[in-house]
This record gives sequence, C-alpha cells and structure tokens, in this order.
Amino acid sequence: MDKYVQVENVRMVFNTRKGPFVALRDINMNIAQGEFIALIGHSGCGKSTLLNLVAGLTLPSDGTMLCAGREIAGPGPERGVVFQNHSLLPWLTCFENVYLAVERVFGQAESKATLKKRTHEALALVGLTHAEHKHPHEISGGMKQRVGIARALSMQPKVLLLDEPFGALDALTRAHLQDELMKITAETHSTVVMVTHDVDEAVLLSDRIVMMTNGPAATIGEVLRVDLPRPRDRLALANDARYHEYRGAVLDFLYRRQMRPAA
Amino acid sequence: MSAVTFVKGREDMETKEQTTPAAAVAPRPQLKPAQPESAPARPRAWPGMAVRAALPTLLGLAVFMGIWALISQTSPQLPGPLKTWASAQELFSDPFYNKGPNDQGIGWNILASLQRVAIGFGMAAALGIPLGFMIGRFKFLSAMVSPIVSLLRPVSPLAWLPIGLLVFKAANPAAIWVIFISAIWPMIINTAVGVNRIPQDYMNVAKVLNLSEWKIFTKILFPAVLPYMMTGIRLSIGVAWLVIVAAEMLTGGVGIGFWVWDEWNNLNVEHIIIAIFIVGIVGLLLEQVLVLVAKRFSYE
Ligand SMILES: Nc1ncnc2c1ncn2[C@@H]1O[C@H](COP(=O)(O)OP(=O)(O)OP(=O)(O)O)[C@@H](O)[C@H]1O
Ligand SMILES: [Mg+2]
Repeated sequence: MDKYVQVENVRMVFNTRKGPFVALRDINMNIAQGEFIALIGHSGCGKSTLLNLVAGLTLPSDGTMLCAGREIAGPGPERGVVFQNHSLLPWLTCFENVYLAVERVFGQAESKATLKKRTHEALALVGLTHAEHKHPHEISGGMKQRVGIARALSMQPKVLLLDEPFGALDALTRAHLQDELMKITAETHSTVVMVTHDVDEAVLLSDRIVMMTNGPAATIGEVLRVDLPRPRDRLALANDARYHEYRGAVLDFLYRRQMRPAA
Repeated sequence: MSAVTFVKGREDMETKEQTTPAAAVAPRPQLKPAQPESAPARPRAWPGMAVRAALPTLLGLAVFMGIWALISQTSPQLPGPLKTWASAQELFSDPFYNKGPNDQGIGWNILASLQRVAIGFGMAAALGIPLGFMIGRFKFLSAMVSPIVSLLRPVSPLAWLPIGLLVFKAANPAAIWVIFISAIWPMIINTAVGVNRIPQDYMNVAKVLNLSEWKIFTKILFPAVLPYMMTGIRLSIGVAWLVIVAAEMLTGGVGIGFWVWDEWNNLNVEHIIIAIFIVGIVGLLLEQVLVLVAKRFSYE
C-alpha cells in the first residue's frame, strides 16, 4: 500500500487563554506501509503535536487523517506510541507497565504464561530484565524511556509512533537501541514515525526525513528521501559520501534556512 | 514524641511526594559532622539523636504542665495536674463497669462514641467516595452536584441535628446522621479533585492502550486518586470525631460527649479535663492509624 497513513490539509489550532494559537497549518503527508519517517525541526515547532494527531490523541481542527484507509477518530492499539516523557504508571512495576499493554492486545487469544513471556521478551529486548520488578521512580530516566519503548514494541503495532524515544539516553545505549529498532522494523515491516532532534539519527534510520519550519503556524518545509541501502551499518556509513550529503542537507535546512528565532 | 510525628504525617499528605523525604532526612546531615565517620561511633550516636529529637516535645509538655499548675494555683475551682492524674488513675482502674444506662465506665463511653463515628463515617465513605469519583469523571454530574455541595458544606454540623431528630425520632440515629452529613463533604470534594488532577499523560496511556473502563478505573483512576482520597478520609475522620462530642452533649445517652456533660452537671471538673485529654488522644490515634494506612498505600 502506497498511502498507509494519509494526512491532508491538516491544521491544528489550540484554544489558549490568549485566544486561538495556530500550531500547524497545511500539513500534507503520505506514508507508505513499512516506511520509516523521521520528523525533525526546532523545539516547539509542533512535532509532538503532529505525532499526537497521527496517534489520534488529539483531533485536527481542520483536514483529514487516514490510517489504512480509515479515518483516525481516536487512538488504537494498532498505533503504538512512545511518549516524549515516557508516561509510565508510577504505581506499577516495569513488568506490570508492559504487561498492561500486552494483556490488552493479546489477552483475548493467549494464555497468561504466553502473555508473561511476551512481556519478559519485550523487556529483555531493551536490556531491562534486571529491572523488571522495580517501580519507575527507582530507575533512571533512560531506563524509563526504554520501558516505554518496550511497552510500545510489545503491542506489535502496525504503526509505531516515537516521540524522541532516545532523547534521554547515553550515546552507547542510544546506538544499541537504534540498531535494535532497525532490526525490529526490518523484521516486522512496521511503519514508523519518529520525532527526533538528532540529525545523525534521522539519516541513519529513516527512508524520508520530514523537516518542519519554525512555529507558530509551522508546516512541512522540505522532505528529504534517504536512499541508503539497508541493512545500514553505522560504521560503514561514516565513510559514505551520500550519508554526509544527506546530513549536510538537513543541517543546512535546520541551521541556515530555519535559524532558531531566539538563538 | 507523638506530636512531632503527627505534624510530619500532615506535611506528608498535603505536599505529597516532593518535600517529605528531604524534610525527614534533613536533621541528619546537621548532626553528622560532629560524629566521626568510623563504624563504631554510629551506635553511640543513635541514643543521642533520640534524646535530641524528644527534647523539644518533653520541654513543651513540661511548660504546658507548669502553666496549668500555675493557673490552677490561682483559681481554686480548676484542679491541677496532680489532682487530675490521681482522679484519672481511679477512673481507669475500672473502665468497663456497668451500672445501668446512665452510669457506665469510661471505656464503654469511649467505645459508644467510636461506634457512632464508625457507622456515620462508614456510610459517608460508602456514599461520598463513589460520588466523588463520578463528579470528577463526568462534567454533567459535577455541574449538577457542585452547587448543592457548595451550599451545604459550610453549614455547621449541629444545625443538622434537629432534622435528624425529626426524621429518625431517636437520639442515637440522629447523632450518627450528624456525623454522616459532616464527614461526607471532605470525601466527596477531595476524591473529585483527585480525579480532576490526574495527569493527562496517564489518561493518554489509557487511550493509546484502549483500556476498558474497568481497567482504567483499577489501573489508573484509583491508584492516582488514592492519595487525595486518603486526605479526604483523614479530614472526615477528624471532623467526625470533633462533632461527636458536641452532638452527644445534645442527644445524651452513653458516649464521651454526654459523659462530659454529665460530669459538668456533677461539677466534677477533674473528669472534664480528663475527657478533654481522652478526646485529644483518641483523635490523635485515629489520625495516626490513617497516616499509617496512607503510607501503606503510597506507591513512592
Ligand atoms: N495543548 C496545547 N495547548 C496550547 N498550545 C499547545 C498545546 N500543545 C502544544 N502547544 C503549542 O504548540 C507548539 C508546538 O508544540 P509541540 O509540543 O508539538 O512542539 P515540539 O516540536 O514537540 O517541541 P519539542 O521538540 O520541544 O518537544 C508550541 O508552541 C506549544 O506551545
Ligand atoms: Mg515534543
């Protein structure tokens, strides 16, 4: 399917105390099934807002949003979300946080033992087997983020929506999880939309990089197709001329044409 | 000692997560520099710390007793601490005698009051907490009920007594009714506020996982609201215990309130003072039990 997720003429206006605030305007975007999209732009331009729209957590003020040909009227387990602020439930352990999602998606069809196995596997994938029975306040910020990723992956969603999932991680863990994510999406053919601040991450992971203009009333400034063969290897790419070209194009957009107004 | 923990517990509830751990640990670093870091010094430090922690409390009590003794010296009707202590020993030597409905031991009176509080409070909780959840969850219901709550909440509890007497035509249910009506407001309001304050993030998780209403209630609403609910329960118990004494003075029968009134008629001032202490101590114990329960349920 060429247009798995369709976003047409979407506009998002927030009603604030100081009157209406136009966050997004004229957003048009088609995402094919199995495609990996990176959303990049300066802080506050509306990346999370756009992701929440695709997730169905908020509804657009104007325009249409479709997923698999059906209107996005609300969130659903076929669209897994990793929130920017991890959003774990503090009264549940890491295991229970993931189990809640697993149970919801597979609880009808599978036995308790299988559900538990799935939960263990999801946590093992992000390297948190040792922290399964800890509560969120007992683990580091990066670990919380990894539990959030495990929770989203455990649901085996058709579309994975990631809001700066590796933002709070150290470089090593980040690289490890990026590789894991590439492996998983290659295996499952899931469609991914990932918000990021990191140019290298965007080029390494995505098929297309969607670059957003500064807010307010932000829109899509440019879309860059990344034609690097998969599987990609970060070390090999370091010496790849095309990689550096893509990287340069994104940096040029961000730091020359969309200079941060305040900075 | 107990007075100190009482204050701490209160802070614990109202400002919840942020301040308590720091506040609880704060005195330690102040003491540490005086102690060498080596292991054997530590056990010796503990009794010293206990004394230091108890010192202000003991001093406060001593000053209080001193002032009381001084006042009782100048006004001869008011018995001093020693006289009251002697009378209390006599009173508590046989707390559970029973010489007919109008002359029972102090233990029976306390238990009778506690029973009324338990029934009135229990009914208030059974109604108020679910109502609070519903008001918090459904805007329509909130708009419906809020004006009534705002109107009735400031009414002095005892103003409800005549209504109770009129409807129930008996003193005991009327007293329970007063407890019920005065204890229900804090539970409704705090529970509803708790539901309103649930961070949007948690509700987003519920939405993304598409949880059923029952799962949302058990896994998100209830745990998130629990601390607020516990605050409501504590406030309610406090009010209930405050009101029972006044209500029983008016309704009579067996109970600590009526006992005070009875002793006033007998001009037994020692017993009145003892009753004041009993009411205070029982109130403190109720509060402490609820602080412990709240700690037990806290996920931090
Ligand atoms: N619920 C809301 N009400 C009003 N304004 C909002 C709301 N949510 C977002 N905004 C505004 O919309 C704009 C875009 O916010 P958004 O969170 O999408 O930015 P972002 O690109 O994700 O930034 P960051 O990279 O810092 O996370 C901001 O100016 C923000 O103030
Ligand atoms: Mg964001």
